[in-house]
Amino acid sequence: MGELKLMKGNEALAEAIIRAGTDGYFGYPITPQSEVMEYLTAAKPWETTGMVVLQAESEVASINMLYGGGGTGKKVVTSSSSPGISLMQEGLSYIAGAEIPILIVNVVRGGPGLGDIQPAQSDYFQATKGGGHGDYRLIVLAPSSVQEMSDFVPMAYDLAFKYRMPAMILSDGAIGQMMEKVEFFEPIPRLTDEEVKARYPWATNGKPKGGERRILTSLDLDPSKMEQHNYDLQAKYRKIEENEVRFEQIQCDDAEYVIVAYGSSARISLKSVKLLREKGIKAGLLRPITLWPFPTKKIDALVKQGVKGFLSVEMSAGQMVEDVRLAVNGRVKVEHYGRLGGIIHSPEEVAEALEQKIIGE
Amino acid sequence: MTEEIIIAGFGGQGVLSMGKILAYSGIMQDQEVSWMPSYGPEMRGGTANVTVILSDERISSPILRAYDTAIILNQQSMDKFEETVKSGGTLLYDPNGITRFPSRKDINIYKVEGAKKAAEMGNTKTFNMIVLGAYLKIKPIVKLENVVKGLKKSLPERHHKLIPLNEDAINLGMKSVETVQKI
Repeated sequence: MGELKLMKGNEALAEAIIRAGTDGYFGYPITPQSEVMEYLTAAKPWETTGMVVLQAESEVASINMLYGGGGTGKKVVTSSSSPGISLMQEGLSYIAGAEIPILIVNVVRGGPGLGDIQPAQSDYFQATKGGGHGDYRLIVLAPSSVQEMSDFVPMAYDLAFKYRMPAMILSDGAIGQMMEKVEFFEPIPRLTDEEVKARYPWATNGKPKGGERRILTSLDLDPSKMEQHNYDLQAKYRKIEENEVRFEQIQCDDAEYVIVAYGSSARISLKSVKLLREKGIKAGLLRPITLWPFPTKKIDALVKQGVKGFLSVEMSAGQMVEDVRLAVNGRVKVEHYGRLGGIIHSPEEVAEALEQKIIGE
Repeated sequence: MTEEIIIAGFGGQGVLSMGKILAYSGIMQDQEVSWMPSYGPEMRGGTANVTVILSDERISSPILRAYDTAIILNQQSMDKFEETVKSGGTLLYDPNGITRFPSRKDINIYKVEGAKKAAEMGNTKTFNMIVLGAYLKIKPIVKLENVVKGLKKSLPERHHKLIPLNEDAINLGMKSVETVQKI
């Protein structure tokens, strides 16, 4: 077992970025995730692994640096918080269209607009349903502990490269700013240029002798080709929905009522489950780890198992609740509870909401 | 064992670092820990607080509304957090600057003259360790040897020469804590 460290979520993320064999980090500072670049510049990985750390002139620049870097088959990453992620949406759509693997981290804060700097989960729609234009998806992983801020970095890279698409780690200000103990994975060496060439035949890192010219683009003015490209993307997305759903379930086996929550809301709701169980209410927690692909089948199975109602708990006005409703499809009651604008709900408030909104009437 | 603590005072009093040392001490004795700060505008010269949880089990919510112990170091925090102590819980405060004293009848109340003792030690920066000592006297949830290990982990190497001074401050806090109300 490695050494246990006490670290902020943002710092653990930064350390994991270095250890995951990243070739380049391109970012622009914004609260509540500024510790990521602070940590990287203090750690000076360019002196050890050779990883580039660059403060771009803006978020628009950093996402397009990822477009270029990822296009050459390199492992590249950016991190930001809500307003900065909004600025990146155009680039993200292009990257998804051109099928380039990159990693993007959103440490969500209150919105809309500049909002505030406190934790929120109101970027769920943006992360899982687009944000940029066109029919594209991101693989979205939601860490709910400092340990997962580390563990999800190599996992997100693996998925991004496996399916040649952007992966997002959707965190929030609470997970980013809190400290917990973390044990890091063994460092993964950066790939050499030769290894990249051998592994990624699509990468635009020079025309191979006698081989085809490689082109990565999101543009094709022939609609029949563009339609086929979209069909191919959709086929890939269906495969991911089939194979990559991840979730954690706690006390769901005998549950009559299930709270669905991710990230810091899942942590808060875990305590709510305890409080409800102490009162004799059979509550459980379903924590989606992948927000896209969403654990639709698991929710369907819980309905079939006899769960009488679901409460979607998110620090938003009700976004993930729509996916829970689609999965439940009207068979049992589904409601939403959550505080807004950077206010964090307490375990007691969540427990009360379940009693009033789901069990109530 | 699960101990849920709020430490609250002014920015600059060492509230966050006291919480960090406590959390590191927990790790040194194989406990689960979490440290959740208030961050943002209030930190810059205003009030600062941190929620620290030490537990033998997986920690659920790092964000709480009720605490086993509140360590209160200014009046604003007294106004805000006295009512959040669980019935039967513990409140520890430094009377320096306090104008409205705690009035709850269902909790244990202790005080420590942290600011005064730190001034007597000739180093006001020992304040938070005096308060930590007082807390550990009331609730010995971590062993002193693990606190020293925690200090070593959380202080950069160049500050390790200050560890004996911090130990003295913790011991002074242990000796100086006074019971105000025991239920």
